Amino acid sequence: MATQGMEQPHVQRPRGKKPSRGRKPADAAPLTAYLFMAPYLVLFSIFILIPVVFGIWVSLHNWDPLIPVKPWVGLQNYLDLFTPGSTTFGPFWNSMEATGKFTLYSVPLLVVIPLLIALMLNQEFRGRNFFRATYFAPYVLGVAVVGILWRFLLSPNAGLVNYYLGALGLPDNTPWITDLPWAWISLVGVTVWWTLGFNAVIYLAGLQDIDPALYDAAKVDGANRWQRFLNVTLPGLRPVLLFVITVTILASANMFGQSYIITKGAPGEETTTAIWYIAEQGLRFFKMGPAAAMSYVLALALAVVSLANFALFRYRGD
Amino acid sequence: MTQQTVSTEPKSGRNPRRLLGLIPSYAALILLTLVFVAPLLWMVSTSLKPNYLTTRFPPQWIPQTLSNEGYSTILTTSSGNPVLQWFLNSLIAASAHTMLVLVTASMAAYALARMHFRGKNLMFVVIVLTLVIPQFVFLIGNYLIVQYLGWLDTLVAVIVPGAAGAFGVFFLRQFFLSLPLELEEAALIDGANRLQIFLRIVLPLSKAPLATLAVLSFLTNWNDFLWPVYVLLSPESLTLQPGLAILQSSYTTNYTVIMAGGVLASIPVLLIYIFTQRYIIEGVSRSGVKG
Repeated sequence: MATQGMEQPHVQRPRGKKPSRGRKPADAAPLTAYLFMAPYLVLFSIFILIPVVFGIWVSLHNWDPLIPVKPWVGLQNYLDLFTPGSTTFGPFWNSMEATGKFTLYSVPLLVVIPLLIALMLNQEFRGRNFFRATYFAPYVLGVAVVGILWRFLLSPNAGLVNYYLGALGLPDNTPWITDLPWAWISLVGVTVWWTLGFNAVIYLAGLQDIDPALYDAAKVDGANRWQRFLNVTLPGLRPVLLFVITVTILASANMFGQSYIITKGAPGEETTTAIWYIAEQGLRFFKMGPAAAMSYVLALALAVVSLANFALFRYRGD
Repeated sequence: MTQQTVSTEPKSGRNPRRLLGLIPSYAALILLTLVFVAPLLWMVSTSLKPNYLTTRFPPQWIPQTLSNEGYSTILTTSSGNPVLQWFLNSLIAASAHTMLVLVTASMAAYALARMHFRGKNLMFVVIVLTLVIPQFVFLIGNYLIVQYLGWLDTLVAVIVPGAAGAFGVFFLRQFFLSLPLELEEAALIDGANRLQIFLRIVLPLSKAPLATLAVLSFLTNWNDFLWPVYVLLSPESLTLQPGLAILQSSYTTNYTVIMAGGVLASIPVLLIYIFTQRYIIEGVSRSGVKG
């Protein structure tokens, strides 16, 4: 139960059951199969496989596409990232810190709030599909739309947020997008507003998969609402919870557009995220070697966090 | 788990005590609706005002003076920001991308679901493994490849590379596996070849997952931001999302113009959402439970 969900072998199981069925003679023409695979495999090789491997090759060079000579530097680009005082050390770890902070602040909110909303929507009442659809709606908008809209709403003088805060008798001059900690509060808040519906929909599907008989049995045993939540709902949601946390961490680590548009990295470089710094270094200043190295370091960091998360879930389950 | 006892509690909400209990829930739900809808309404409202009214307080949710200042500015082709061109570019790119995904992913998924060939399991495992690699790992490599192919600053750069993603293949393969084999077997016996079976039997039975994949691909491509920011350079080749960032920088406080751009970028996706909401929400739900 705990690992059901994202692991491949489980998905493949039903397939293995019927190898003897349906393998009719026409199946035996592998050429047909390769022709069906070919268009996708071409795309997959050129834009997935080659970039991953080629990126490693680039990270071992001083690679500037505008300069024909691309000197081999071995692991120097990686070593620089871990050598205080190198040109990349400071800004890179600053941007990693920004991404880390954003992940740390946004993931708990994006795990808990959508769960509460999904629990509310999981009751039977009129109009619940309408509410579900409404909360999901911002998610279909691009980050650019969300960014320009909230930059306007959060503008200290021209924005509605400060106006309505003032109308409620609260401070009406908060520098939402130019100062700390407000810039983080804004970026996290906007991201929650934008993507909450996605997680809520996933939770809701998970809640509807829990056998109602379990709730009835718990009621018969005299469990109150809170006890039913702890002993029926949460265990039933475990695989979904793991999925939501994993996907949300990944999305947070990819954060780029919100900072790019809403805070423009301000104040200073405080909200310049790792992805943004990597993209600027590699694709704007063409320092592709260091940028490629950074992207692998970030990926590794992410893998460690994800594995820790998986391990935690497995451990808790035993 | 297997015992399916029917709940005796009335669930219809007709019970007055239950209805009363729902009032706090309804209050919370309606408040939340406001939080999600009001910003979008403000965007529309601002886009319809003359700019001098956009920052006047108390806010006019329903503009007393209507103006086409915003829309006429962005739709005028003579400006340095050809927003209409961006809109068309986005439409072309997202449509082409969607077609490419549907054709390549459905063919590969069918082969993986129903055919036997050497290397199949290895291919499938490698394809699925790439699902867990974060996008930014491909960034530098893909940029160099796109540059090598001469695609920088062209729409091809935002149409093709994204179609290599493994999600579509994985998603459709799952569905094809769930189709009953009997129909395909019968057609085989009748002498149909694989292509005919694929086109006449499998695809028509797969309208719902194909629609889901089409809608998700279109939305993803339409909303893509980081990649086009770096591979599309000249004003006339931009798509709408990076275009909005430029509009924002060049019109800083001309909110009516900026919000008009936002509305233009939102209309297609919101329309698609309204009409295909079921497919989108189904697709997302399934990704959590089974994906």
